[in-house]
Amino acid sequence: MLSDAPAVLPERGPADRLTAVFWRHPRVLLVLLLTPPLLWLGVVYLGSLAALLLQSFYSIDEFSGLVVPEFTLKTYAELFRAQNLDIILRTLTMAVLVTLTSAVIAFPIAYFAARFARGRWKALFYLGVMLPLWSSYLVKVYAWKLILAREGIVTWLAERAGAGPLLGRALDEQWFGGSSLSTSPVGTFIVFVYIWMPYMILPMQAALERVPGSMLEAAADLGASRGQAFRTVILPLALPGIVAGSIFTFSLTLGDYIIPQIIGNSARFIGLAVYQFQGTAGNLPLAAAFAVVPIVIMLVYLAIAKRLGAFDAL
Amino acid sequence: MPSERASPGLKIAAGAGLAFLHLPILLIFLYAFTTEEKSYQFPPPGLTLKWFAVAWNRADIWPPLWLSLQVAAVSTLIAMVLGTLVAAAMAQSRFFGREQVSLLILLPIALPGVITGMALRSAFSVVDIPFSVWTIILGHATFCIVIVYNNAVARFRRLHGGVLEASADLGANGFQTFGYVLLPNLGSALLAGGMLAFALSFDEVIVTTFTAGQQSTLPIWMLTELVRPRQRPVTNVVAIVVVAMTFLPILAAYYLTRDGEHTAGAGK
Repeated sequence: MLSDAPAVLPERGPADRLTAVFWRHPRVLLVLLLTPPLLWLGVVYLGSLAALLLQSFYSIDEFSGLVVPEFTLKTYAELFRAQNLDIILRTLTMAVLVTLTSAVIAFPIAYFAARFARGRWKALFYLGVMLPLWSSYLVKVYAWKLILAREGIVTWLAERAGAGPLLGRALDEQWFGGSSLSTSPVGTFIVFVYIWMPYMILPMQAALERVPGSMLEAAADLGASRGQAFRTVILPLALPGIVAGSIFTFSLTLGDYIIPQIIGNSARFIGLAVYQFQGTAGNLPLAAAFAVVPIVIMLVYLAIAKRLGAFDAL
Repeated sequence: MPSERASPGLKIAAGAGLAFLHLPILLIFLYAFTTEEKSYQFPPPGLTLKWFAVAWNRADIWPPLWLSLQVAAVSTLIAMVLGTLVAAAMAQSRFFGREQVSLLILLPIALPGVITGMALRSAFSVVDIPFSVWTIILGHATFCIVIVYNNAVARFRRLHGGVLEASADLGANGFQTFGYVLLPNLGSALLAGGMLAFALSFDEVIVTTFTAGQQSTLPIWMLTELVRPRQRPVTNVVAIVVVAMTFLPILAAYYLTRDGEHTAGAGK
């Protein structure tokens, strides 16, 4: 017998009733879903950042060495001392050099993976990038300590190739060397590139994959050579993605303090300054003020990246 | 297209780039077998297996290993719950402040670790929280959320909304749909996210140095050995363990999320 009643199932308990509430008021479910994670990130993360900012406006009493919890700009003024400006400038220069070099090394890998690798090869390339990117940071740094050590493989190779004296002479140069590669600025640079370059490859590859094939066909139809098509079609279209990829490399180089601690001539970088001021020096306010520097630099970098359209490419 | 073949120059550059990424790690393995313990002499003067036994018997390695495992396990659990919740909210609807939320999740790994570390350190100092396992976990869970979130949100995107409606049409309530439809489809992505989060937490050192106080996780143990080496090959043995502990989850995560075709409604 047909009934005119609408096909509504009988309610079977609180679970059904809740489902009905969520159905009628989707916002309730949304709020329930978002509250725990936002509470965590809001309190733990943003709260900590606020504490950092607060701490940076405190100062340290020069006699007692205790933190004076009163608002002052004195700590920020200290950042402009010559030796501190030096640290900031050195870090910035290093981050720029590392980012540019990384782009040069990463681009062929990304380009090949995006345009020519298919099937099995594509998977292999993906794993080939993911595995080093994800493997242990410290192990990777340690590997380079082995490689760059005075008695290590680089020296051995250089001697085998008859370039031993050349390496020795290069290490004598002020800007280049130290007693060995593992205590030289060049060593620091190489390891920075090695560690933070992989973060660039996948965003670059994604950007290159988004360049439509039809445009390349059009370029070829209009008589462009491969080089011309690359310069006038592929590169401009992929540039936002390349810039997006550089964000991670630049940012992570900017704050790294483990690498210069293990490999290099113990010249100080921002991260190292933060670590030392909060630790042995016990100057929490100055450490906090130093930590604000990369935040400000990153904000500027992100603003530039946004102008270049990098965010639409992410 | 003009030509479907890569030029030899490109092939060489790409291959050399990948070799640059992979070769250094292999040296770690070689040096674990060297007989030379005072320097990093290459080639090793002799090969031996004794460092594995020495490492096994070193009492100072086990507590950091145990602490790292605990921290990684708890952080991963927290991150899995929180990351999945955000991903579900993001998939469910477009709401005001959506972009800000995704930025907030990304920030802990997009900003250098030293900032997260120093920020937490400042907060502990301001509110007077003593260092403990939980201060480490607090930091780790925060930057692990994004890893789980990325995996979950990608799967939500592929999951066709129709299957959820079909489930409702067939009389399932929200909880049944969650248990019978949503979870089986999300499962492998969550597992993959959890494994990556575990790997990330297990070898994190930058944030940890700020939140650990006097405690020592395995990476912190390694860091002190790097700065002041004692028996160098022992560090290599530990490094091999760390590589294995992170390598396997990453490989597993890759295979778990590789075949997107099996997600319900993905063909749509």
